[in-house]
Amino acid sequence: MNLASIALQGVACTFVSPDAPGQRYTAVQNVSLTVADGEFVSVVGPTGCGKSTLLNMAAGLLQPSQGSVHIYGEPLTGVNARAGYMFQAESLMPWRTAVQNVMAGLTFRGVDKSTAQAQAEDWLRRVGLGGFGDRYPHQMSGGMRKRASLAQTLVMDPDIILMDEPFSALDIQTRQLMENELLALWQSKKKSVLFITHDLDEAIAMSDRVVILSAGPASHPIGEFTIDLPRPRDVAEIKMTPRFMELHQAIWAVLREEVLKGYQQQLQKAI
Amino acid sequence: MMTIVWNLIKPRKATLRLWQLGLLVLLFVVWHVLTQPGLVPPFMFDNDRQAAFFFGEPVQIFERIWAWFVGDANIYQHLGITLIETLLAFAIGASTGLLGGLWLALSPMASAILEPYIKALNAMPRIILAPIFSVWFGLGIGSKVALGVTLVFFIVFFNVYQGVKEVSPVVLANARMLGASQRQLLRHVYLPSATSWVFSSLHTSVGLAFVGAVVGEYLGSSQGVGYLILQAEGSFDINTVMAGILVLTVFALAIDALVGLIEKRLMKWQPKVGETEKL
Repeated sequence: MNLASIALQGVACTFVSPDAPGQRYTAVQNVSLTVADGEFVSVVGPTGCGKSTLLNMAAGLLQPSQGSVHIYGEPLTGVNARAGYMFQAESLMPWRTAVQNVMAGLTFRGVDKSTAQAQAEDWLRRVGLGGFGDRYPHQMSGGMRKRASLAQTLVMDPDIILMDEPFSALDIQTRQLMENELLALWQSKKKSVLFITHDLDEAIAMSDRVVILSAGPASHPIGEFTIDLPRPRDVAEIKMTPRFMELHQAIWAVLREEVLKGYQQQLQKAI
Repeated sequence: MMTIVWNLIKPRKATLRLWQLGLLVLLFVVWHVLTQPGLVPPFMFDNDRQAAFFFGEPVQIFERIWAWFVGDANIYQHLGITLIETLLAFAIGASTGLLGGLWLALSPMASAILEPYIKALNAMPRIILAPIFSVWFGLGIGSKVALGVTLVFFIVFFNVYQGVKEVSPVVLANARMLGASQRQLLRHVYLPSATSWVFSSLHTSVGLAFVGAVVGEYLGSSQGVGYLILQAEGSFDINTVMAGILVLTVFALAIDALVGLIEKRLMKWQPKVGETEKL
């Protein structure tokens, strides 16, 4: 039997405010989500619906208040060692150069320095940063830093890749380039990917399956669509096909209401 | 003619050093004119020797400095002692501050227990400990180093504490996801982040180490520049006191410049304000 690489079963996550213990916020509730081995799953939802919370639980950085997390059939304790995580925010160590950042994970694992460096340089070349290995993060542009982060995650050759809106800060051209790059890598290595985004186009173009999350608090999956577009795909071209537009319309019909709900809630908070 | 000369030396970026130097010369000239007996009629004091007695005479001060460095060449030993005290105070204060800051920042319970004591020790005017240190460590360099350490420790300690607290949670989570153990987190995330804060306070802490050394010497010693000043003051030799102060000032400036150089080398990963992409 093929074990699911990630299986969240009935998880909930409640945050307690450290200043006022009476104030609680339930980000997600009653979420069951599985990612099969080698599957590319995207989670979309309105802003602030707890998408990142789900990812942090799958990464083992956050313990669920309820429910369980299984990774390849084993209950997850501590940090998920089989997963690589690409964060939304800046995550490179500012005191290390690009190549030192990329090789960090390998050296943590005990790989000797010269091997690690060779692999890191190879990955930097693959993400198009061949000549920039000796730059510090502050000397690189936002797009270059993202690419270095991607190399940092992928050099570890993880079985599971967790991505939290990894390309949201990039301009559209760089973004498409990196999306295609990621798809090609995924295609050749067949990793499991859990991909968080608020961009429906991106989700459909890349995934095998798109899961829609309701607006928070206590958000939960309200819809699931299998994306039957042919592979290999080119993210720019696939958006022109009629099937893509059909899927987009179907998903948007479900998502739209939630986005409006989320927007209303944010407006009320502001008042 | 006048306008041509003025346009040539008008204050601007290129003539900045010239003006700075000119101001220094002017300062010494005014000092000289006001203190040299017989140059201007006394307007503050009863007779014209008194100004020189209180403020010293620049010419004699420079003769004194010349004798120290070239004539008798006997100041090097004193400068050396002061320098050793400064360096020792900085090294010990910075390393204990670094360890203490790391420890307390990473164990919230210890930090909660010790908090009032640290606040009290920091609020205390620690210069007042100098006489106690003289009793404990004698009149040698030990008591001066101890005084410097108490000054440096807290600067470094608070900076490191802050530095560890402000490590970006994303960078930390990322390092954990990359498989860093607790020890590796300490070595590769907390420590670099904390040392960057130590270096950002380098100018202050080295300056305070110097203050500790000189004040310690001044309060009781047998060598060092502070001792020279103390000796001269005992015999109302204001020129030597002034000479000592000048030497200390120049020395402090030199140390500060050196620290600036070291900082530049070690902190090259930090963005500077307004820095553009270097290719």
